[in-house]
Order: sequence, then C-alpha cells, then structure tokens
Amino acid sequence: MVMFYGTELESRLMLGTSQYPSPAILEHAFKASNASVATVSLRREGREGAGQPFWDIIQQLGVKVLPNTAGCHSVKEAVTTAHMAREVFDTPWIKLEVIGNTDTLQPDIFGLVEASRLLTDDGFNVFPYCTEDLVAADKLLGAGCEVLMPWGAPIGSGMGLNNEYGLRALRSRFPDVPMVIDAGIGLPSHASRAMELGFDAVLLNTAVAKAGDPVKMANAMSQAVTAGLLSSQAEPIEPRDMATPSTPVIGQAFLS
Amino acid sequence: MAKVSIIGAGVVGLCVANELLARNVKVNIYDKKTEAGPHACSWWAGGMLAPFCESESAEEEVCRFGQEAAAWWSKRTNVINRGSLVVASSRDGSDFNRFKRLTSNHELISGESIANLEPDLNDKFARALFFENEAHIDPRIALRDLTNQLRQAGVKISTAEPPRDLSKRIDCRGLAAKDILHDLRGVKGEMLVIRTNDVSFQRPIRLLHPRLPLYIVPRGNGVFMLGATTIESEDRENVSVRSMLELLSAAYALSPSFGEAEILEIGVDLRPAFKDNLPKIRKIDNVIYANGLYRHGYLLAPAVAKQVADLLLNDTAGEFVDENYH
Repeated sequence: MVMFYGTELESRLMLGTSQYPSPAILEHAFKASNASVATVSLRREGREGAGQPFWDIIQQLGVKVLPNTAGCHSVKEAVTTAHMAREVFDTPWIKLEVIGNTDTLQPDIFGLVEASRLLTDDGFNVFPYCTEDLVAADKLLGAGCEVLMPWGAPIGSGMGLNNEYGLRALRSRFPDVPMVIDAGIGLPSHASRAMELGFDAVLLNTAVAKAGDPVKMANAMSQAVTAGLLSSQAEPIEPRDMATPSTPVIGQAFLS
Repeated sequence: MAKVSIIGAGVVGLCVANELLARNVKVNIYDKKTEAGPHACSWWAGGMLAPFCESESAEEEVCRFGQEAAAWWSKRTNVINRGSLVVASSRDGSDFNRFKRLTSNHELISGESIANLEPDLNDKFARALFFENEAHIDPRIALRDLTNQLRQAGVKISTAEPPRDLSKRIDCRGLAAKDILHDLRGVKGEMLVIRTNDVSFQRPIRLLHPRLPLYIVPRGNGVFMLGATTIESEDRENVSVRSMLELLSAAYALSPSFGEAEILEIGVDLRPAFKDNLPKIRKIDNVIYANGLYRHGYLLAPAVAKQVADLLLNDTAGEFVDENYH
C-alpha cells in the first residue's frame, strides 16, 4: 500500500481549493470528486489569521488538508509560509512551491532543495512541487523528502503530461517513492494516463474549478483516477501490430 | 404601518428605503454616518451593471435578477448605456474562449469595430466581446442621488440608536451583521482610482488573465476606477504591493498611456458574502436581514430591495428569501 508520510489515502485524487465560483460549489465539487486531500494556499490570505473564515470552510470538508506555499518566490517566503501553515492547520504536511519564473510558474529547483532541507530538519513532511528532472528528484530525496510531486505541465495550463518519457524515467528510477502528478492536468484522460504510468496520485485544481460545470468535472476526474489506478494494477496487455482474434477462427464457417 | 427602521445606509439599505418609499411606506434610516462614504463597502464598488459578463463565474440568479438593475437605477440616477467590452492578450486566447463560451448576449468584434468603440485601445487586441446591453453607473453619485431623494421625501438618516420598540426593522449592515449572521464572511477587494486625460475609454473594459483579471470603469473627467482583487481574507486594513502591481500592470498593458496617470485613491474593503456568494434575506426574531451581495451590490440591490418589500408588505417570499434558516 502506498503511504504518504505514514498516511494511507482512500482516494488517489487531491484537489485544490482556489478559483471556484463560490465556497458552496467548492464543497459540492469535493463531494463529487471523493478527493482525500485538499490543498490550500496561505501566502496571500494569511496576514494575521485573516483567512480564517475560508480556512474553516476547508477544514469542514472533512478531508486531510495539505497547505501549500503557492505564490512564494524565495526560500525565506516559503519557509515562513510553511510555519504559518503548520500553526493554522496543525499539520506537519506542506506542499512546497518555490516559484522560479512568473510566466511558466516552474519551480526554482535550487531554492526548492534548500527549503526542503530546512523544513524537513524542522520536522515538516515536505511534498515538493518539482519537475521530472532525475537529478533534482535525487537531491530532494537527499534533502529529506519522502514524496515527490512532479509537474505534468505548467500550473493551470491544462496541457496534460508534457514529457511522458521524462515522467516514465522518473517513475522507474525511483519505483518506491510515492509520487503525485501535480499541475497541468486539463482532462480526465490526462489524470488516467498519469495513474496508468504508475504514479500514485494526481493533484489538480484549475481543471475542476474553471470548468463550466465544476461539480460534474470533479466527478469525471474521480472516475478517471480510479480507472487509471485499477488499470495500472490490472497488468494491461502489450500493444502489438497485427490483430489477434479473441476467439479461434480455424474451423469456423466464414460468412464474408 | 408604523415607520420602518432600516439599519445601514450602504447600497442595500438605501435601495430598500427607496423601494419602500415608492410603495408609500414611511422609513427612517440609521447608520454610523449621515452621508454615504468610505465606511460603506459600496463606496468602493466599480458600479458595473454587467449581468451577462458576471455569468462567467456567478450563479444563474445573478444574471437573471441583474438584468432588472439598469431599469431600476435609471429612474434614480444617471445610467450610462454604452455596453461593456472584454479583451485578452493574444497569449491568453484560451481565457478569452472560455469567457465567450460561459457568457451570453455578446458580439464577437474585431479590428475596425473595436477601434470605433474605443480608439484608445490602439489596435492592441485582434478581437473583443462587446456586451451591448450592459451599462454602468458611478456608485458614489448613485448613493448620493438615493440619499437626496430620500431626504426630499422626508426620510431622516440618523446616527442615533434605532428604536427598541415593536416597529419593523430591516438590517442592512453588511459584514457588521456577522454578530447575528454567523455564516457571513468577508472577501477582500482592493481597488484604485486614477486620473489621466490621455485615455478616453467610454465604457467598462475587462482584461482577462488567468491570474490577474482587471476591469477599468470610466468615471468621467479623466477619472477611472481600476478593480478589483478578490481574496479570501478578512484583512480590511492593508493593501498589498503585489495587488497594486498586478492591477496597475494590467492597466498599463491595456493602454501604456495610463503610465503617467495620477493615483487619486487606493481602496480596500470586505465584501459580505455567504457560502454560495448569493444574497440572502432572512427573518430572525421579527427583524429582516438583507445581506451577502458579495461582488454584486449595485447589480442585485434593486432585486433584493423588491424582495424585502414583498416580504415585509405581502409576506411573499422571493428567491433570495432564505426560509430554511433557523
């Protein structure tokens, strides 16, 4: 069974909580998604606990909360935000984002490794938002991370798995590390594909929150993740060039 | 009927008072101040009457009831019926397509048609959505006009305590009513007012962006309102550098001529909202509470006022009346 810092998750879908039309729709989407984890940002909302009314709504979802450091561009900001998150949500879990470029929102790998080390030394369970880079993954594990969160594509882009080769290489290089595909998912088929490749969970937000019908899309994502997970456990057939009949043909009367 | 006491002289309180007056009900208004001003969150609003644009993210009720707003306001203040325009930079084409798909009553226009409407957009945008049937008002003038009309009809706006007798009370205090309406939350918004004679936009313009959407509303005489952030926070004191950078750089992207504009005001306040971001009218212990208009104060206050009046006078419950609340 896959454990995320000692916790087994009932559902392999993690859902973000930003950009929904209203908190009521967010709640309905969570119910429809059956997600086991809710990510929540604090950097912008957090000043002196001012985000509490919204955080109360998140905590009442009844799922595990994974606070994040979205919007942090430096190690210092990320570490400060992580500490605030630990106080507010009373959890050592932190999804660590250190953004290196405002256009692509891609992670600053150097800052990410440094912040991971500081936070794991301080008792945090770090979920680092990283790329498919093998060397960076190795350094993050060396810095004490026990879970990796490689991107599928840039945050909010909805492009799916941009570098499937790279992700496959990452998966097979670290077969025992729990990995969550985080960011870039646009369609249920992307989420299914991530699970088929052997990733352990999928984290998405925009694909649901900005869909015309967020609740229906949440349901679709839930089924897609389940389908992908079952498929990866079911030992799918190998593709081949020629047809193979599923019933024997020799001795049958051919009508056409 | 004895005089009805209305608590709160923001956009909801004034609209309710005005609607009741039109139905020959005598009212008194009670507020911290006797004039509309920065203490009311409706002071900081954009004043767009844009029901179709709002359906990009709002519930269907906002679009439906919002369509009544322009007619209601035009009997009471100056409504500018020039439509509104939605644009996106070419790299945000998917946001433009999404907006187009989720809204209605718009026309896709390009090139010359955009230049005819807003010459100062300077060919910056290859295509735009024109919402011809939308309008805008100046919220501060609207509040002043409503106040003046009420005073002329003999309504008093008083800073005294409202009477503790059996007369009817309507509570329109916005977020301050959180002491009774515990499920009310504040959603932070930051805005700017700037002035320049180098830009002459005639109608509200929305610039779509995946993270930093902006709208600009012309207030006349070179004054523009830029808004607004939407942050799930109840910090009503502090305006962040990031928010200002985002709003101003979006305005600059719309027209570099804003670069030399003067900054006249920076505003921050909290929008009162319930969980579904829709208004609610509740009757608790003989007091009617009208609240939670979120980002749609001027758009929905007329409909809320009508439903409050219907509840008070005819005991009929409109769609915003929350009968399940205990």
